[in-house]
Amino acid sequence: MSQSNNNLNAINSGRLILSDRIFKVCFGLILAFYAILLIGMLAADGFYLIDGAKAGENPILEAISQPEIQNSIYLSLISCSLSAFLSIIVAIPTGYILANSDFKGKQLLDSTLDIPIVLPPLVVGISLLIMFQFPPFTVALSKIFPFFGIEGDKTLNEWVVYQVPAVILAQFTVAAAFAIRTLKVSFEQIDGRHEQVALTLGCSRFQAFYRVVLPQAAPGIVTAWTLAWARSLGEFGPLLIFAGATRNKTEVLSTTVFLEMSIGNLQSAVAVSIIMVAVAFVVLMIARIFGKRGVLI
Amino acid sequence: MISLKAIEFTQGEFCIKDLNCEITQGEYVIIMGNTGSGKTTILEMICGLRTPTSGEIILNNQNVTNLKPALRGIGYVPQDGALFPGLSVRENLGFALELRKFDNEQIAEKVERISKELKVSHLLDRGITSLSGGEKQRIALGRAIIFKPTVLLFDEPLSALDSETHTELCELLKSISEDRELTIIHVTHNINEADLLGDRLIRLQDGKLISTQSNKKDE
Repeated sequence: MSQSNNNLNAINSGRLILSDRIFKVCFGLILAFYAILLIGMLAADGFYLIDGAKAGENPILEAISQPEIQNSIYLSLISCSLSAFLSIIVAIPTGYILANSDFKGKQLLDSTLDIPIVLPPLVVGISLLIMFQFPPFTVALSKIFPFFGIEGDKTLNEWVVYQVPAVILAQFTVAAAFAIRTLKVSFEQIDGRHEQVALTLGCSRFQAFYRVVLPQAAPGIVTAWTLAWARSLGEFGPLLIFAGATRNKTEVLSTTVFLEMSIGNLQSAVAVSIIMVAVAFVVLMIARIFGKRGVLI
Repeated sequence: MISLKAIEFTQGEFCIKDLNCEITQGEYVIIMGNTGSGKTTILEMICGLRTPTSGEIILNNQNVTNLKPALRGIGYVPQDGALFPGLSVRENLGFALELRKFDNEQIAEKVERISKELKVSHLLDRGITSLSGGEKQRIALGRAIIFKPTVLLFDEPLSALDSETHTELCELLKSISEDRELTIIHVTHNINEADLLGDRLIRLQDGKLISTQSNKKDE
């Protein structure tokens, strides 16, 4: 190698080392800024609680001991689990079709399914509320489910709006969109050859799906379920409009924070917020662990 | 016997035009052609994964053009073997037998026998992720022949193997085709593979059959 090349290498080597350091520092600083923002928010909540607490009192235990908050926790766990379960039931076939089929209007359908993700939460609530007042829809649904009886004791509207079903439906409407998006990506990553070979070996389409495709999608299903569950837990706007925020009736943890704030009980609102953060953190960690390891693979 | 009668297939700009071909029972046919000439599509139409736009596919005197893949009884081995990731080697081999409602003892006995024949007995309880390319193809072959199909389709099964494994598997394919009198259609880019294995060589270009050449050593 010539002398000039050696000199060039020496200069470039110094520049490269400096450039690499700048690259690492810049990216690290940006990451640190965001991490500090999030940790700072949670730490501030924690310090606020400790600071405001009377001697010998635990604000979180205080909050949990209130019957209406216990009821809210109970309803949150039930409604989030149900809406996540319903989201998965819808997301598995929908994600599979979007990942594996080509048909006219696919792009339009795909974009339509994203509407709950991009729409302002209050608009989702208003739209659900209007739909359940809209006669063609309510009449059609009452015919499918006659026990709702449009002329009977309770109309479909009375069964759902400002009741627990509205909580689940509002959570499901938004959570399902996230679950579909997750599972579509998951199904896209599965090699279609496996399913084709299964068909030649004697499987029906359904057998090939549940014996070969579904086990490979298991980590995606766990992630989608968790995402739907966490999304349902944080849902507030559609719930307020469509289910209301009635204590001991349609109150879930997100509405508890709102109700406690509205009566000036900031200490309790912060305590419930911390409970929500802890629950969401545990759920997300479980998803990360199972999503990485895979459940059936 | 397989008979392809006036097969046409169109998808976007790709098309197969007026394909006519007869393959007799026990014949080993090699299909060659450049990328996009329609080799894989022909295999997929024969095993039922695609339906021709027009024309007929006759298998053992039965029109199977619109028959589901599961009902054709054709073994199919794609390029990478496409073994099922969540299953062990034993479960992969026994997959078709389980679907055919064989009892557990029969499945175990047939899996043992085929695994000995293919020299993969020592791998039966392993997952498929740790297998080498050659081992994967042996197991994919075993999975395809264990339910005794009359026709086998190979889509470049040996293309990603090192030369030693390639030679071993060529010999294995030859012995299987001779011992079982299977009708085999084998897609490849490798002319040596074609010379060694094929009774007949079919060449495709842009969706058309351009030549058929007998490769039987006694002719």
